[in-house]
Amino acid sequence: MDYLLTEEQIMIRDLARQIAEEKIVPVRAELDEQNKFPWEIMKSMAQADLFGLFIPEEYGGLGKNTLELCIAVEELSKACVGVATTYAANALGTYPILLFGLDAQKKKYLPAIASGKRLVGFGLTEANAGSDAGGIQTTAKLEGNEYILNGTKQWITNGGEAEIYSVIAITDRSKGARGASAFIVEKGTQGFTFGKKENKMGIRASATCELIFNNCRIPKENLLAKEGMGFIVTMKTLDSSRTGVGAQGVGVAQGAINEAIKFAKQRIQFGQPITSFQAVQHMLADMQTQTEAARALVYSVARFVDSGAKDISRATSMAKMFATDVAMKVTTDALQVMGGSGYMKEYPVEKMMRDAKILQIYEGTNQIQRNVIALDMIKALAKEK
Amino acid sequence: MNIIVLIKQVPDTSEVKINRETNTLIRDGVPSIINPYDLYALEEALRLREKQGGKVTALTMGPPQAAEALKEAVALGVDEVVLLSDRAFAGADTWATSYALSKGIKKINEFDLIIAGKQAIDGDTAQVGPETADILDIPFIAFIRKIESIDNNKMIAERMMDEGSDVVETTLPAVITVVKEINEPRLPSLKGKMKAKNMKVTTWTAQDIGADTECCGLKGSPTKVVRIFPPTPRGQREILTGTIEQQIEQVGKKLKEQTLI
Amino acid sequence: MGIKIILDQCTGCELCITSCPFGAIEMRDGKAFLTENCTMCGACVDACGAEAIERTEEEPAATATDISAYKDVWVFAEQHRGILASVALELLGEGRKLADKRKAKLVAVFIGHDIKDQVNTLIAHGADQVYLVEDPALKDFNDDAYAAALVALAKKHKPEIILAGATAIGRSFIPKVACSLHTGLTADCTGLDIDPETGNLLQTRPAFGGNIMATIVTPNHRPQIATVRHKVMKKAAPNASRKGEVIQVPFTTQSSLRTKVIKTIDDLTQKINICEADIIVSGGRGLQDPKNFCLIEELAQTLGGAVGASRAAVDEGWIPYSHQVGQTGKTVCPKLYIACGISGAIQHLAGMQSSDVIVAINRDPHAPIFTVATYGIVGDVLEVVPMMIRKFKELRG
Repeated sequence: MDYLLTEEQIMIRDLARQIAEEKIVPVRAELDEQNKFPWEIMKSMAQADLFGLFIPEEYGGLGKNTLELCIAVEELSKACVGVATTYAANALGTYPILLFGLDAQKKKYLPAIASGKRLVGFGLTEANAGSDAGGIQTTAKLEGNEYILNGTKQWITNGGEAEIYSVIAITDRSKGARGASAFIVEKGTQGFTFGKKENKMGIRASATCELIFNNCRIPKENLLAKEGMGFIVTMKTLDSSRTGVGAQGVGVAQGAINEAIKFAKQRIQFGQPITSFQAVQHMLADMQTQTEAARALVYSVARFVDSGAKDISRATSMAKMFATDVAMKVTTDALQVMGGSGYMKEYPVEKMMRDAKILQIYEGTNQIQRNVIALDMIKALAKEK
Repeated sequence: MNIIVLIKQVPDTSEVKINRETNTLIRDGVPSIINPYDLYALEEALRLREKQGGKVTALTMGPPQAAEALKEAVALGVDEVVLLSDRAFAGADTWATSYALSKGIKKINEFDLIIAGKQAIDGDTAQVGPETADILDIPFIAFIRKIESIDNNKMIAERMMDEGSDVVETTLPAVITVVKEINEPRLPSLKGKMKAKNMKVTTWTAQDIGADTECCGLKGSPTKVVRIFPPTPRGQREILTGTIEQQIEQVGKKLKEQTLI
Repeated sequence: MGIKIILDQCTGCELCITSCPFGAIEMRDGKAFLTENCTMCGACVDACGAEAIERTEEEPAATATDISAYKDVWVFAEQHRGILASVALELLGEGRKLADKRKAKLVAVFIGHDIKDQVNTLIAHGADQVYLVEDPALKDFNDDAYAAALVALAKKHKPEIILAGATAIGRSFIPKVACSLHTGLTADCTGLDIDPETGNLLQTRPAFGGNIMATIVTPNHRPQIATVRHKVMKKAAPNASRKGEVIQVPFTTQSSLRTKVIKTIDDLTQKINICEADIIVSGGRGLQDPKNFCLIEELAQTLGGAVGASRAAVDEGWIPYSHQVGQTGKTVCPKLYIACGISGAIQHLAGMQSSDVIVAINRDPHAPIFTVATYGIVGDVLEVVPMMIRKFKELRG
């Protein structure tokens, strides 16, 4: 399918693909097995300017948008969702600064992020606040010129490795969701430590750990937007990043199909390659059609977001939910096409299947996405009346 | 430190296949690339620039489409590029190529070091580097795998030899060729690629560089290719049969008969 | 020489297009057209059925030399740490044949320090005359010094042909020599002969990663200089009764040296130099994992051979580059070459196909390695090699 990408978009795709093939594929199994953070690959990506893709040119980036980011994420995910997650979570942590930062905050942080010198993480989830973000217990209290943070964030991607964190904390518990605020916290600040690295089922190249705040004092200037805007910062951030999770789904699905068809063409049973059997052909056809549908949706939504549209929650939720459900199904089927070989770690597909699972869970489970979509449908109907 | 990197656009010989019926090369779909060894030269130049400042210029001689190789060099981060292109250069052997390059280098004028890959994968001669050095009357060191120290007047480097390596000192300016052990070449950057896409490559003709056309191209080449032919395949193949155990048994017996084992 | 298309005779059959190794011919208005990629190799001349492509002779350029003043065949006799290199003896073997065809003398140029005890070896292997250049400044190889010594001699005595090994040393400084003498140089030759009509040296070498062979001449310049691939030419049997003249030449130009060797380092990982080994066992990507390389080492040890590798195995980092066999690695010519899990990319074949006996083990019966193999075993290396080790141990007792 030709998605009428511009010359620059094709350039971005080709470079991301080159990094995926030359730098990621040769080491992905090792990163997965050893739970190892891909610093070397991050360096290559930084050098290739990928971290600056979606950051405005005035802050040292390339000034591109969601579609370009999705194209890059898709290519990286074809090779390894763990690496792609590290990259996408960096964008996730950057959006609060990009969308709500003052010029001074942007000047201070964005150039270092764009050049890949400093990695970013987003600290929202807590033990008692997953799908229900209202349950946040981390607090931030203004004292003189400083906010004092206390509490623990859980399962934070890029935790420990990133140097900059966008963190959501409660500044006024009496106001409920309207009492949350967003802050920038730098690694190395006194009172800010990390828990142990989590041992995950998939995306094991990415780092996940707790952020622990114990009387952590940060300058007042690190508040993003205004006090009480934390919930809105979170929603707008997730709206911006969600399509990228869909792109991860498209990438890993395509990566699994590519492996499965290559294997099936070589695998001889009953005297012929198994691609000659209709049972296998139909599976491959379904896998590719579903993936193409997911890609079409993700690209369309990305273009919709880039058009400057205001209400993007429903569309981005659909892209995320559909593409990642497809990813889970297609990676499972790809493994099935490969039979026993697919189940073995000699081939990359079992890893792709393990990796795909997280896409249905993080940045809002696919059940929450369905809530968002349905509520928006009902709201729209109410407006019509 | 100002560095000139000599690069060459070559067909990707690993993609070249032979048509067994006509015994000719199948070139359809064979991509043109920067000679892989030259990527190590470019990388080393960029690393030296990052450490010491200065400018990196990539220079090549070739048909107009060789500008693509120079654009790739820009995408990797070189500051300036120059293409020497003229019908008078066609058919040049290593001497005539080195002559033209040395004229181009003189026109660029500012350089402390010239780096090239150890050889090009299409010709595999490894001669253009040393011959260019000789025409410029500056020192040459081949097969460098590590630059130990360098300033504007002197360089100490390690070169690979057949049975180990030598640590060599040379005055600068000099020409060096590098082997793949020296570094790991970077990938292009997006900013570099975008810059390359819109740039116009500086192109100099024989006249621009003051080259004597008697010394250029086929006319100026001391060597001439008189025949091209496919390598002869060996025909003494013996296919063994039986189980693997039996095949090994047969091989063992035959090698023993020939007193090879 | 150039290439010309006679448009009246061109039938537009496109035979020349398929014959061109450089993709330099296009059809324009139904006729063949030479693009700027043309290297004037002449492959199309023979391919054309309509005699529409011809070679055109050009006047020799003004830079050409008076070739009649040049005679004799010279061999640069390479030494390492004062020990004569085997490539020097191979070149003497080949040089002798060329000198006899030209009815000329074979001269060895021997450069180094404290090496005169070995001049008799040069004479026994075919040299009529030896120029011996000894100086402490020539002890280690140095581009400037060695080139100065050889250039001075060649300028004075005007040889017709100079041969040197296509070794690290030969390929470093011979281009400087050729350039200083303003003559042609052909790199890495695998075949040499004399054209009976012109007396020119016919220099044959692989190009395009070994995909094609090219024969090259230096018609209008002298000396004709070639570097020659190690292990391709055969040494002559030494004859201790041969007589030859030894001429000691002083080395005078050392003050102008711009380069100097500070120290030399031996590569300790390379237990047996694979270029010199009689038996080589090589491993490739088919081994799948670096730890399986121990199988190759064990088989090599069983046979008393050296360990080689394909580029794929070296690129994977399984074994150092010094073990690489092929176009971009070492060219080897052992009595027995065992290729384990190597598919046989053309660039690997270029480095080992002149081995006397080749045994290939590969899972894919269509792997190109089998086209050069004397004996081929189709099977998984990880299964075959351990069995082979057992069997060969048994056979060796």
